Amino acid sequence: MHPVLKLVVQRVALGLLLLLAVSAVIFLGVEALPGDTAQAILGQSATPVALENLREKMGLNEPALTRYFHWLGGVLTGDLGTSLTNGTDIAQAIGQRLGNTLFLASCAAVISVPLALVLGIIAARYAGRWPDKVISGLTLATISLPEFVAAYFVIYLLTQVFPIFQPVAMVFPGMGFWSKLHAVALPVIVLVLVVLAHMMRMTRAAILNVMQSAYIETAELKGLRPIQIIWRHAFPNAIAPIVSVVVLNLAYLVVGVVVVEVVFGYNALGQYLVDHVTKRDLPVVQAVGLVFAGVYIGLNILADVIAIVANPRLRHPK
Amino acid sequence: MRIPASALLGLALTGLFLFTAIFAQWIAPYPIDAAVGGVWEGPSATFWLGTDTIGRDILSRLIYGGQITIFVALASSLLSFGLGSFFGFLAAVRGGWTDQILSRIVDLMMAIPSLIVALVMLSVLPLNLTVLILVMGVLDSTRVFRLARAVAMDIAVMDYVEAAKLRGEKQGWVIFREILPNALSPLVAEFGMRFIFAVLFISTLSFLGLGIQPPLTDWGGMVKENKDGLIYGKGAALMPAAAIALLAISVNLVADWVLTRTSSLKGGRGG
Amino acid sequence: MAEDLLLDIRGLVIEATSYPPGEPPKEVTLVHGVDVQLQRGRVLGLIGESGAGKSTIGLSAMAYGRGGVRLTGGTIRLNGREIRTAGPAELRKLRGREVTYVSQSAAASFNPAKRLMDQVIETTLSHGLMGRAEAEVRAVGLFRKLGLPGPETFGQRFPHQVSGGQLQRAMTAMALCPKPDLVIFDEPTTALDVTTQIDVLAAIKEAIRDTHVAALYITHDLAVVAQVADEIMVLRHGRRVELGETEQIIHAPREAYTRALVSVRSLEHVEKAPAPPVLKIEGVTARYRGTGFDVLKNVSVDLPAGQTLAVVGESGSGKSTLARAITGLLPPSKGRITFAGRTLSADLSGRTKDDLREIQMIYQMADTAMNPRQTVGTIVGRPLELYFGMKGAERDRRVQDLLDQIEMGKGFAQRYPAELSGGQKQRVCIARALAADPKLIICDEVTSALDPLVADGILKLLLNLQAEAHVAYLFITHDLATVRAIADKIAVMYKGEVRRYGQKSDVLAPPYDDYTDLLLSSVPEMEVGWLEQVIAHRKMESAGN
Repeated sequence: MHPVLKLVVQRVALGLLLLLAVSAVIFLGVEALPGDTAQAILGQSATPVALENLREKMGLNEPALTRYFHWLGGVLTGDLGTSLTNGTDIAQAIGQRLGNTLFLASCAAVISVPLALVLGIIAARYAGRWPDKVISGLTLATISLPEFVAAYFVIYLLTQVFPIFQPVAMVFPGMGFWSKLHAVALPVIVLVLVVLAHMMRMTRAAILNVMQSAYIETAELKGLRPIQIIWRHAFPNAIAPIVSVVVLNLAYLVVGVVVVEVVFGYNALGQYLVDHVTKRDLPVVQAVGLVFAGVYIGLNILADVIAIVANPRLRHPK
Repeated sequence: MRIPASALLGLALTGLFLFTAIFAQWIAPYPIDAAVGGVWEGPSATFWLGTDTIGRDILSRLIYGGQITIFVALASSLLSFGLGSFFGFLAAVRGGWTDQILSRIVDLMMAIPSLIVALVMLSVLPLNLTVLILVMGVLDSTRVFRLARAVAMDIAVMDYVEAAKLRGEKQGWVIFREILPNALSPLVAEFGMRFIFAVLFISTLSFLGLGIQPPLTDWGGMVKENKDGLIYGKGAALMPAAAIALLAISVNLVADWVLTRTSSLKGGRGG
Repeated sequence: MAEDLLLDIRGLVIEATSYPPGEPPKEVTLVHGVDVQLQRGRVLGLIGESGAGKSTIGLSAMAYGRGGVRLTGGTIRLNGREIRTAGPAELRKLRGREVTYVSQSAAASFNPAKRLMDQVIETTLSHGLMGRAEAEVRAVGLFRKLGLPGPETFGQRFPHQVSGGQLQRAMTAMALCPKPDLVIFDEPTTALDVTTQIDVLAAIKEAIRDTHVAALYITHDLAVVAQVADEIMVLRHGRRVELGETEQIIHAPREAYTRALVSVRSLEHVEKAPAPPVLKIEGVTARYRGTGFDVLKNVSVDLPAGQTLAVVGESGSGKSTLARAITGLLPPSKGRITFAGRTLSADLSGRTKDDLREIQMIYQMADTAMNPRQTVGTIVGRPLELYFGMKGAERDRRVQDLLDQIEMGKGFAQRYPAELSGGQKQRVCIARALAADPKLIICDEVTSALDPLVADGILKLLLNLQAEAHVAYLFITHDLATVRAIADKIAVMYKGEVRRYGQKSDVLAPPYDDYTDLLLSSVPEMEVGWLEQVIAHRKMESAGN
């Protein structure tokens, strides 16, 4: 087998194994924590008999491992169980909301990725000079902000000081694409702000790292134009680290989405998760947690696979 | 030694935050929980930063809230720091199975974003200060573990460590006299970053309603309480938001300076 | 003949900003008004120790300052026009066309993502000198001239697919491809093993001669530059010490500094008579965990008390692994090590305090061998505390004795390693080893990272200490001049085996085995024409076989 293919297969297999382990942590780890699901649902004043009945009904008296495999089997066949609090089907509820979350995240990605690359390249090109200092200073400020803080500054600015947008982002089925886009404008701006800083800083670092290589000096001593140096010598080597940076930050976006959805009352996966954590609805929390973990791990695998494929040493073995 | 202006500003602000947090009881003009004015009053001579959603003085609540925010963040970052550096050093020095097991556990914990893990855990655990500090401290210790392990590994392969082993030094000497003094400065800079992360983390949890519970309050919780005012043009929620941002930025400035100073010591080009 | 003057540098001043740790940045002058003249088709060698400014001056012929170095004064005229003050567009026209560059590390200087051919002909195309097909034909011709394997297909490979010696030649081909007027060779063979160096050196020399290109050849090794240069300029601390024809510089140097450089590495040590061994290594075989092959194969050598055994070999010969086996860091899978009459435990953990004390080690990189957070006093004093329980004033007195022994005098005990020069650091490491009052010191390439004059000082010190303290040295090195200077016995290692072993006078006298012959004949000698003789001799031999 070609070494690249072998490494990719290895990496994907490792990722799947990791996902399995994560599912075990999400299910069994939570079981191990002090706290009683039945008690959590019924409250402190519940009678022992009522508790026992609920435990029986939920199968809580079975050994944890049995319940885990039962749950895992369900996950693999698309059956995520039902919500404790309102008895609805979890898989269905996730299906309705996942699309909204992905829509929000992709809008943010489409804007932030090119912007971060351009800013990162500018900062690297003028490293240590004023464009770099301005860009780096601004990003240092946004890196220090949690998502919700950035969100309220943006809301205040764009709905009160300059009333351009609505402070809530309502989307509903049957809404046209453009009106949907207008509705998510504010949360997208916030997400872009939050993810931009990391992505730009890492892009800058990746480019500077390549630009300090001896082969860039060789290219300079060959009398090549700066654009030729960047295009022929820096770019082919910087592409892998930059793509990794982008993908890793998309994974980070997945988390940012949770908070931003809550801020804007955006009906999607993150909001759904936080609601049910508050209600202590464990099956929902476990299922949504697994979905987020799956997306996150998947993106990380993608970043590694791209790095493997882009490596000339692996593509052209000795 | 010259301290750059940005670091000086960071130091001064961080100091100010710490001072008000420690002496909150004496500094705050009003009690934390008393409705002393109207709803969402603007800043005035009586209420410097205005009043909140039920007429409490925002400045006083900011000062008390800062106390909680800083206390919880400090406690959890100390915990993550202690756990992470202890196990990180252990993994680096012992190697072999110890290292394998610890590293794989950390890989697993870091395979999912901390916020998601925290949310899953907090859906079962009771919400109190101890639990919050423990959850945040344990989750964040993974990052300190990786750094401490990497730093210690770099040092452990140095010839002077090998020389100490060949000399017949005990493990204690190797760790505390040869490795630790050289690992300290990168770790100290990291402590600042961990503290900021803890501030952001606890604020986010409180904002989601899963952190500090009433009657106590912290800055994240204050944003949550006052967020609806923004729709009516009342900026009350912005005050705690600004406090979070300012604290994070000032600690960042200090940490940045410590970091560049230690790295220039390590890789400094001589004349 | 002014029109024959290709490069004319006058009063060159080069400055840089230095960033000492913990202090504000300061301006330093690296080159103080140096003149360099080079005729068309001639080769000028620039020689000096580290910090002499030789690379910096070499690169100034391309008006290039590496890493923030600034060319602040004087004139640099290339082909009759001033280039120091030329703008970027004008510099681009001459770089890679009139002047090209061959660096010390070709492995880092080639773009890992592109095929060699594309990189070799890049400037020829970008400066519009030839069409692609023509350029490729020229490149293949250069590959052939430089002795690269499979010249027709060599260019299709990626840099990581060929060896270090081949990359160095490929870089020479890259420099020659656009038919430049001047090539700057910056230590092009320094990173190579000695048996590889001679082939690359011969290839470079032939290529220079056949293309009639002028060259600046930068190196710290006078014997190497004597093979290729018509003239040699000796530099020190950014100033010119002496300039002359190669013959004159190596046979009749005028300046004291040049004389020191020429006579360096000519130390000769009279070997001691055979004596009973303090260290006996019998049939030692070892491999690293997780690898499928032995790095040491059935090694047996003896080292008499108070004498020196030099273990010589190139990279990958297993010479440093032998040190790890003796110290117990890598327990051998087979064989026995006897020291001072007792069998040593294979593993470090099984050794007694006396075993540890009596075998000391000195490393190649004194920088990483000392804890940067400990003072010299602590570093040298620690073995005294640990082994002899010395404390306080008694310990301090003994530390001072040891510092006196390594000729470092008062006031050093309070300093940190960062405040010492390279040679001083290595002396402190020697003092630390002596503090244990050992019977054996393992010296692992202890002079390789040092400038020749400093290295000579260290070797003399080691010999004096051996006479005083009657300590035995196991001296690991790749450098045969060092071997001559210090050894009583020699073991030549190749691929984990001892190829030749015995008293120095026997090992260094014919008849040789093939490898030792190759190794000995590859060491550059300070003699004009040596390279041609060796190559002619080898051709004759291979024709005879």
